[in-house]
Amino acid sequence: MTAGGPLVAVLDYGSGNLHSATRALAAAGADVVLTADPATCLDADGLVVPGVGAFAACMDGLLAVDGGRIVAERLAAARPVLGICVGHQVMFAAGVEHGSQAAGLGVLPGVVAELEARPLPHMGWNTVTAAAGSRMFADIEDERFYFVHSFGVRSTQGWPDQALPSYTEHGGDRFVAAVEYGPLWSTQFHPEKSGAAGGRLLRNWLNTLKETHEA
Amino acid sequence: MSLAIRVIPCLDVHDGRVVKGVNFRNLRDAGDPVELAAAYGADGADELVFLDISASSQGRATTYETVQRTAETVFIPLTVGGGVRGVEDVDRLLRTGADKVGINTGAITRPESINEITRRFGNQVVVLSLDARREAGQPSGFGVTTHGGRNSAGLDAIAWVREAVDRGAGEILLNSMDADGTTDGFDLELIAAVKDVVSVPVIASGGAGTVEHFVAAARAGADALLAASVFHYQTLTIPAVKAALADAGFAVR
Repeated sequence: MTAGGPLVAVLDYGSGNLHSATRALAAAGADVVLTADPATCLDADGLVVPGVGAFAACMDGLLAVDGGRIVAERLAAARPVLGICVGHQVMFAAGVEHGSQAAGLGVLPGVVAELEARPLPHMGWNTVTAAAGSRMFADIEDERFYFVHSFGVRSTQGWPDQALPSYTEHGGDRFVAAVEYGPLWSTQFHPEKSGAAGGRLLRNWLNTLKETHEA
Repeated sequence: MSLAIRVIPCLDVHDGRVVKGVNFRNLRDAGDPVELAAAYGADGADELVFLDISASSQGRATTYETVQRTAETVFIPLTVGGGVRGVEDVDRLLRTGADKVGINTGAITRPESINEITRRFGNQVVVLSLDARREAGQPSGFGVTTHGGRNSAGLDAIAWVREAVDRGAGEILLNSMDADGTTDGFDLELIAAVKDVVSVPVIASGGAGTVEHFVAAARAGADALLAASVFHYQTLTIPAVKAALADAGFAVR
């Protein structure tokens, strides 16, 4: 672990392989704390919102630790947030699973719905078509990243111009693989499980933290 | 642009040590799962599977520590199987750093454990691990075995796979007991029969001996290809397998 790196809080709300995210961020040079304490989450240089499993269950867990307010306050203050997998999905307006709709945090318009491709889950290493001007994919535009999910966001209708989508395709179904929207970065795939390419992506994110930290 | 076919080394772990013959170059300790996992990670392994064959709870606890140390150093997906019975075992494995959990006998004994695990952790966590072999009495011609192929579970393999997926299993680790250990090639009939009835990814296991075997299994529809001894003894390397798959037109990482 590197002492003196940017301080990253990984939001601990009972979801996901928090261990992997924590270790991968530490390996990328961050000082990492796993916590649900709102003050720590608000004060950290970066906040990671992980998540695996069902959208509605993740939203329940997130709201139980006041995660909605924490994310909203950070973004309003231009403080970096990184959402991973279901932590990416909850940034959208809503999620539909088994016919019922649950509200998301609504940072961006869009509905998280089941992919139509087969096989599902979309599990394994896939390529990403990085958005023009992407900083997330700097120097890793041609790499593959590890995905494991069955749901995603297909449409970017109503997105503000500043919000950059990067896309992935599986079985003819194209969906949003990653978002860069000011202080919000989020990925449908798991950078913490994506080997060297994922490590580089995390370092790209940590570099943006240093800028806000020094500003 | 599409999903890459995955190449997965499998490590049998007993009391926290790799067993079943490992002869990998440049390792300080060929029995250390963490060192071997890191070597495979550096070699381009797309995932790792740990199969815990410890007989005692203390041996199992040692393996859990191994999983934790591996997850701290190797940043690729890690599946752990062996002795998994239900939600509590899965919870413990996920907390130690496993991304997916293989369930085999535990699911045969109590199929509803699949529903319970997926309800709590999501479908993507549950890998149904299945030891199948040709069995004349079963409608599909393939039966499920237990105890390393010695006993018949009295289940039709294809019907069992379908039921496990209906119950929520997100992936199938399909081990052919007819092909296992032969190095004569994967069981292409079995792969095709399973791919026919499920929409989740299928990992083919058992029988790998040459790079052509991997290509044939990919053509039969496998989404991922698992092998143990050919990698441990370096009869084949992961880059060589991937080069053959790429030459045959499959996307690889």
